Amino acid sequence: MLSKGELTFSRPSAATVVIHFSGDWKLGNALPQASDIQKELETGTKVHQVSFDTQGLKEWDSSILTFLIKVTEYCTNNNIRADKEGLPLGIQKLLDLASQEYQRKGITHGVSHKSFFVKVADVAFDFIRSSKEMITFIGEAFLAFLKLLRGKANFRRSDLFTIIQDTGAQSLPIVSLISALVGLILAFIASIQLQLFGAQIYVADVVGIGMVRVMGAIMTGIIMAGRTGASFAAQLGTMQVNEEIDALKTLGISPMEFLVLPRMLALVLMMPLLCLYADLMGVLGGMFVGVTMLDLNVIEYYHQTKAAVTLTHLWVGLFHSAVFGVLVALSGCLRGMQCGRSASAVGYATTSAVVTGIVSIVLATAIITFSCQVLGI
Amino acid sequence: MEEKKDFQKEVKIEVRDLDMGYGSFVLMRNLNFTINKGDVFIIMGGSGCGKSTLLKVIVGLLQPLRGQVFYDGVNFWATEPQDRDRIMQRFGILYQSGALWSSMTLAENVTLPLEQYTTLSKDKIGELVSLKLSLVGLGGFEEFYPSEISGGMKKRAGLARAMALDPDILFFDEPSAGLDPVSARLLDDLIIELSESLRTTIVVVTHELQSIFAIGTNSVFLDADAKTMIASGDPKRLLAESKDPKVIRFLTRGEKTVYGQ
Repeated sequence: MLSKGELTFSRPSAATVVIHFSGDWKLGNALPQASDIQKELETGTKVHQVSFDTQGLKEWDSSILTFLIKVTEYCTNNNIRADKEGLPLGIQKLLDLASQEYQRKGITHGVSHKSFFVKVADVAFDFIRSSKEMITFIGEAFLAFLKLLRGKANFRRSDLFTIIQDTGAQSLPIVSLISALVGLILAFIASIQLQLFGAQIYVADVVGIGMVRVMGAIMTGIIMAGRTGASFAAQLGTMQVNEEIDALKTLGISPMEFLVLPRMLALVLMMPLLCLYADLMGVLGGMFVGVTMLDLNVIEYYHQTKAAVTLTHLWVGLFHSAVFGVLVALSGCLRGMQCGRSASAVGYATTSAVVTGIVSIVLATAIITFSCQVLGI
Repeated sequence: MEEKKDFQKEVKIEVRDLDMGYGSFVLMRNLNFTINKGDVFIIMGGSGCGKSTLLKVIVGLLQPLRGQVFYDGVNFWATEPQDRDRIMQRFGILYQSGALWSSMTLAENVTLPLEQYTTLSKDKIGELVSLKLSLVGLGGFEEFYPSEISGGMKKRAGLARAMALDPDILFFDEPSAGLDPVSARLLDDLIIELSESLRTTIVVVTHELQSIFAIGTNSVFLDADAKTMIASGDPKRLLAESKDPKVIRFLTRGEKTVYGQ
């Protein structure tokens, strides 16, 4: 059972105060406040020296240290000499360790106490800096692409094939599942409305045009942003943490050509193919609803889809997917290359890659759809 | 400040009036020192004083805030990027973690620099790769991936890669960090061997005292409080002659201090 930590004071002379500690000074125990000492020192004649008596002190831990640090700080600020002789040797040593003279001088953390306006300015400058970084990155990626066209890009062909396999073939199961379900959902929603007019055959038009023109590309883009974009950011981020990118740079090998270019190429090549596959799966999903719930015939559904979907829809969809491929690869690689040098930075880079990827996909869709509308495509 | 002056030697790297840091934060000011051909040059100082940052500036990974770094008289940071790349091809760098490319086998890691900068046949490259890996005691591990070997082996494989192009200058960032005493000693021996047999200039960032005294022929001591270098010269001579309390405290693991300084 712990006894209460207590303080008493005595004054051997008018200018000297002795602080007597007694009981157990342990964390969680009821302990006096440093302000008690302040009150004592401020009453009566001006005190020049404070001594300590720990005869009655039983058990102690960090609580007495934090208390004593406050007391000594107060004494230093008020020109009172704090005589530590009366303290146990262990406490004296720990206080010395924690004292200012052992700490690194002149170190300030960059984020301390900034005013609102400074913070706003910081955010604005950060935005400008990150925009600049993004534009520089896009420029460098473009230059690397030009080098590729001239046959001078420096990367391992085997890396390209591995990434193609990873982004292409290995994405098929998830693309199949999501696209078929999206086709199914589209068909469901359309059928409820169209059945009101007895026009359920037009479900094939809605699903066909919807999937081929835009939904197939968007769904593939979002899957790729979550799957491949995140994986690019994590791979490059980890390489940054492990100094692997530094090792490439100091060898005079451009990480842009060696790491970013094959990833972009793989995704730009694979996205349209995945999109075509997603379109097919979506149409099949719609057909499933049409055949099982709307009493449509498979051949009938096929012919209706064939009549509704034109090559223009297909090209628009493929154009979307190629653009999304560039955007997902760029955002994944950009965030990976910008990654800091810690595990949490890799996590942040991955999240940021997915967010940037999805936002850019939605923005690009809006721009392309509006442009097609204006151009009458 | 103590300066080692030996005009007979050929200057390989010269650092002049160098300020370095990140953004507006200055880590070190006014660094001036020279590294001669064949030196084993130690960059030493307490943890967090900027040793690795200085290495980054010297090898071209971080632009200095002010000042110059000369390689054989060529101002590194003032040259065109392609000339800088050419200078960098003469470096070999062993990073703190080994920094092996994790998607490649050990053999592929050592092969890449050879493929990039030589026109040797595949067979010849294969022979060279085996030789380099054998030199660091990793013969037979060619087809292993970095994730399949221990930390010490990664470091040695990193050294094999750093030596792939027979560089003029080898940089080591904390080579003995994370190694057991025997492996650390073997690495030190290898460094001495390379320096003596190939006259490779070696720059080592470390705070391992045993290594410093075993291999160092010249050094610079960085101090975080002074934000600059406070001593330079042969580490053994510094230990015997330096009057700076911080240098002595560091070189004696805090056992000796110079009073009244």
